[in-house]
Amino acid sequence: MSPRFLLQEIWTGIRRNLSMTVSVVLVTMVSMYLLGLGLLAQTQADTMKGYWYDRVQVSIYLCTDTSLRPNCTSGAVTEEQKETLLAQLNALPEVQQVFYESEEEAYDRFQEQFRNSPLAGNIEIGDIPQSFRVQLEDPSKFGVVVSQFEGAPGVADIQDQERVLNRFFTVINYITLFSVLLAALMVLAAVLLMATTIRQAAFARRREIGIMRLVGASNFTIRLPFVIETVIAAVLGALLAFGLLFATVHYIFNRFLNRVVLDQALIGDSDVLAVAPLMFAGVVVLAVLTSTVTLWRYLRV
Amino acid sequence: MIRFENVTKVYPRGTRPALDKVSLEIERGEFAFIVGPSGSGKSTMLRLVLREESANSGTVLVAGQDLGRLPMRKIPRMRRQMGAVFQDFRLLPGKTVYQNVAYALQVIGKSSLQIRRTVPETLEMVGLGGMDKRLPHQLSGGEQQRVAIARAVVNKPMILLADEPTGNLDPAISLDIVRLLERINRTGTTIIMATHDDSIVNDLRRRVIELNEGRVVRDDEHGTYVPQSM
Repeated sequence: MSPRFLLQEIWTGIRRNLSMTVSVVLVTMVSMYLLGLGLLAQTQADTMKGYWYDRVQVSIYLCTDTSLRPNCTSGAVTEEQKETLLAQLNALPEVQQVFYESEEEAYDRFQEQFRNSPLAGNIEIGDIPQSFRVQLEDPSKFGVVVSQFEGAPGVADIQDQERVLNRFFTVINYITLFSVLLAALMVLAAVLLMATTIRQAAFARRREIGIMRLVGASNFTIRLPFVIETVIAAVLGALLAFGLLFATVHYIFNRFLNRVVLDQALIGDSDVLAVAPLMFAGVVVLAVLTSTVTLWRYLRV
Repeated sequence: MIRFENVTKVYPRGTRPALDKVSLEIERGEFAFIVGPSGSGKSTMLRLVLREESANSGTVLVAGQDLGRLPMRKIPRMRRQMGAVFQDFRLLPGKTVYQNVAYALQVIGKSSLQIRRTVPETLEMVGLGGMDKRLPHQLSGGEQQRVAIARAVVNKPMILLADEPTGNLDPAISLDIVRLLERINRTGTTIIMATHDDSIVNDLRRRVIELNEGRVVRDDEHGTYVPQSM
């Protein structure tokens, strides 16, 4: 079969079955968009992990006069206790750096962080206790610090930012799971629609198929146009999905969210490019498999 | 060229066999009529030769090949050695006369050079010279059947199967079509024509194989056909 003849066959095939082809394109687009979103949400989570884990700290809050913690019944932390704690912290191999934050510094930081919030006015110096901010080599080694310093003299409370972040990452994981599940359903719909489209196309071309069989065209020749048509529709859908994803990330994420949140922690255009090959390879495999199986079941010699 | 050995064919929901232990042989270059009333098994015979159906028992041999043992992937190549025409012409309505005939070559991968060379000469041979660009609906029934014949022989098959090719045509036109088949036969093509058109059979005086209820009831060289009154 000459390439020109093949192209003609494909073109007539698509034209005759245009509405079905369009629906395959659209369903593939939606499924790939959802899949892309799921993958990008994961990339986002990874990016944020990388960003935040460098900054994640364990806060060891120290006792104050007013502290109600059982460990603080003997009153505010003493200078001696602080020195002991600092020495012990520095001796730990898991600890990268230790910063001390006084009550004044804590107050200033709070005022700065919540400058746009009415909360800022309700806080006075001393409301946030002094603390040690501990930077760990590996943020997941939080347990070591807790076990060693919980209940140590002068320590009121230990807070791990990683735990807060983890809650956030759990949310992202759910988003990923949800979008991938939706994508899986849409992929199923796309596969079924492809199969139906092929069957309809084969029915529309039953005369041609009959003649091809009669004159001894090979199965490959008979089936190839259908396979290529399906691949074209699927790739077109993936292309649109890619465009949509790109627009989502580029315009919504990067133009809008960047202004609000830290830009280092966000995915960008390059991440969309990174998931694209997966999407395209995915739809091609899907289209080829679906059409081959459908034709094998539906078009016997 | 074609040999049936004890061939029986029962269709899945058939009450009796469409062919019942049929044995016969058709030689290379022969012109044979298969006659008999509707449902006697004429079409089934042709479908078995084309390997559109396979026999339930017995052997169908075409050009020395046992069709029952032919693997699926070799069927297309086997069919390239045959041409087939039908009562309903089976032309592609959107394609011109030329395109209809060329289609048979395009789908088996012939080069465009070969196509440009063989299609016009085949159209000339069947008497459709100059009608290249007509569409099927612009042709008479006889002309449409000529296009179908051109398509069937354009790849120079060894065997031409014709299933009631004159079933939709006037007697005069029918005779023209059969004369054309005779001419093709003279170039060495084996022809099997299923028909219940007694006047044609009687005009040509060729071999006649008569089927009734799936059995060969008569096989005459230079035979005639008198249909039983219904």
